[in-house]
Amino acid sequence: MKSAPVLVVFAVIVALWYAGAVWLNAPWTYDQAARAGADVTLTQLLSDTMAQKRPVLPAPHQVVAELWRGVTGYAVTSKRSLIYHGYVTLVTTFSGFLLGSVMGILMAIGIVRSRTLELGMMPWAIISQTIPVVALAPMIVVLSNSLGLGEGLGVSNALVSKTIIAAYLSYFPVLVGMIKGLRSPDQMQLDQLKTYNASEVQGFVKLRLPASVPYLFASLKVAIAASLVGAIVGELPTGAIEGLGARMLIGSQFGSPIIVWAALFAAAILAGVLILLLRTLETIVVRRMGERA
Amino acid sequence: MSLWLAVAFWLAAWGVNAALAHSRIAGWRVVRIAIPTLFGVAVLVLWEGVVKGFGVAEVILPAPSRIGVAIGANLPILWIDFVQTILKGGLTGYVLGTAAAVLVAVLVDRVPFLRRGLLPIGNFMAALPIVGIAPIMVMWFGFDWHSKAAVVVVMVFFPVLVNMVAGLCASERMQRDLMATWGASYWQALFKLRLPAAMPFLFNGMKIAATLALIGAIVAENFGSPTRGMGFRISTAVGQLALPLVWAEIAVAALAGSVLFGLVALVEKRVTFWHPSQRGR
Repeated sequence: MKSAPVLVVFAVIVALWYAGAVWLNAPWTYDQAARAGADVTLTQLLSDTMAQKRPVLPAPHQVVAELWRGVTGYAVTSKRSLIYHGYVTLVTTFSGFLLGSVMGILMAIGIVRSRTLELGMMPWAIISQTIPVVALAPMIVVLSNSLGLGEGLGVSNALVSKTIIAAYLSYFPVLVGMIKGLRSPDQMQLDQLKTYNASEVQGFVKLRLPASVPYLFASLKVAIAASLVGAIVGELPTGAIEGLGARMLIGSQFGSPIIVWAALFAAAILAGVLILLLRTLETIVVRRMGERA
Repeated sequence: MSLWLAVAFWLAAWGVNAALAHSRIAGWRVVRIAIPTLFGVAVLVLWEGVVKGFGVAEVILPAPSRIGVAIGANLPILWIDFVQTILKGGLTGYVLGTAAAVLVAVLVDRVPFLRRGLLPIGNFMAALPIVGIAPIMVMWFGFDWHSKAAVVVVMVFFPVLVNMVAGLCASERMQRDLMATWGASYWQALFKLRLPAAMPFLFNGMKIAATLALIGAIVAENFGSPTRGMGFRISTAVGQLALPLVWAEIAVAALAGSVLFGLVALVEKRVTFWHPSQRGR
């Protein structure tokens, strides 16, 4: 029973959550009762704190109900459907992830091949990650709007700016992982290729690239999670019309915590699914390449 | 004209860098700093040249010199925002979150049941988009910096926790056995062996958390903030098309992020001087 402790801890967390919901929502219940001049019994307290419309902390089943309603209750095209918002965020996550990964891989190849690039660019790649991208986000939105990048590519400007933000967050793990991976073949293997009279390019394609695949997948998993964060953050300054991040902003502006929690859980589920997908892809690719383990 | 000058400068800088990188003095400390610095200056010069050369409007992309002027002219505002967002929101949350994560990590390490139960959940949480709790925290703790600090605490907590738990297992079997033969108590072994051995892992987590802290502090301001703070200033200044001010804030954010990261790296160097990754440089 490997999963038993996980389940127990999970159950404890849910129980604590319920207790917290009762505790945090109780003042409002007492307040209402005092205004009505009524007393609050324990059963009333329990039932009321778990069914408030604007609770301080919604009870888990309220969040699950809202999540379920958001997923199944509306047509997929409806603005209230979480599937619709999730899809918007997913598209951004994927495009940002693709752009970021390609950029990361290309930069890694450049840095591994050129010493000038390594010494000149690597410190800036590190510094670029210490710059909080959210500070840049509104800037990126303005830039891509005024340059009309999106129209040139046949997509909306908002998607372009969100993609850039997501890519900015996701390229770095790929860059670091790929550099490590491309440098992972040892001297013996490099010498072997030399005895085969392999050219630089051949050595790169046949030895360094395959050797970097495990490292690549490890960093891709980090990158897609980062890309999702970027997609959500990117939705805030882009007008916040669609997407899970926008849903959170709307929920917070209308003071309805249940919407925020439901969107948060939808994002969490999305992240879990994406990482699971990559893990499956990794198993398939590694098996195709002949690895046994 | 200025465009060609800038391109010429870029090529010259590239040539100097290439020569430096392949020369025998490439290992020197000064050269290691000079090369990226020259690279950065070349990018700024190219930026200036492109903006001047093509006559790019200021509402699209201001030249670096204009941003420099904006920084000089808005120093009081920048300082107020810096204190509000970085010092109060970001740093408070960073310190609290790291401390909490270290304490929980020691607890998790002590209780095997928690390690098997809590760690997978912690691993999962570390991959989640935790920025999403920002609106909830703003509802709970109000608009001022307390809610920002709370967001940062949660964002920082999981990466540090996961790294710290891994770090507490980092001491070798032989070393732990040696502690046992000396009759060391749990606490003695913890403080003399396992905590020091965990330090490289802790700093790894703290470096990841440093950037997350600033992201959390700034994002949370999107969900409501008093009329100061970097996130607030950036979004309002974008609305007023005061782009030099926006870039000035970005420069401050970049500087703050780099300094925080650098400080953590500096302390790491002092504390984990014995670790192979810090030796032999």
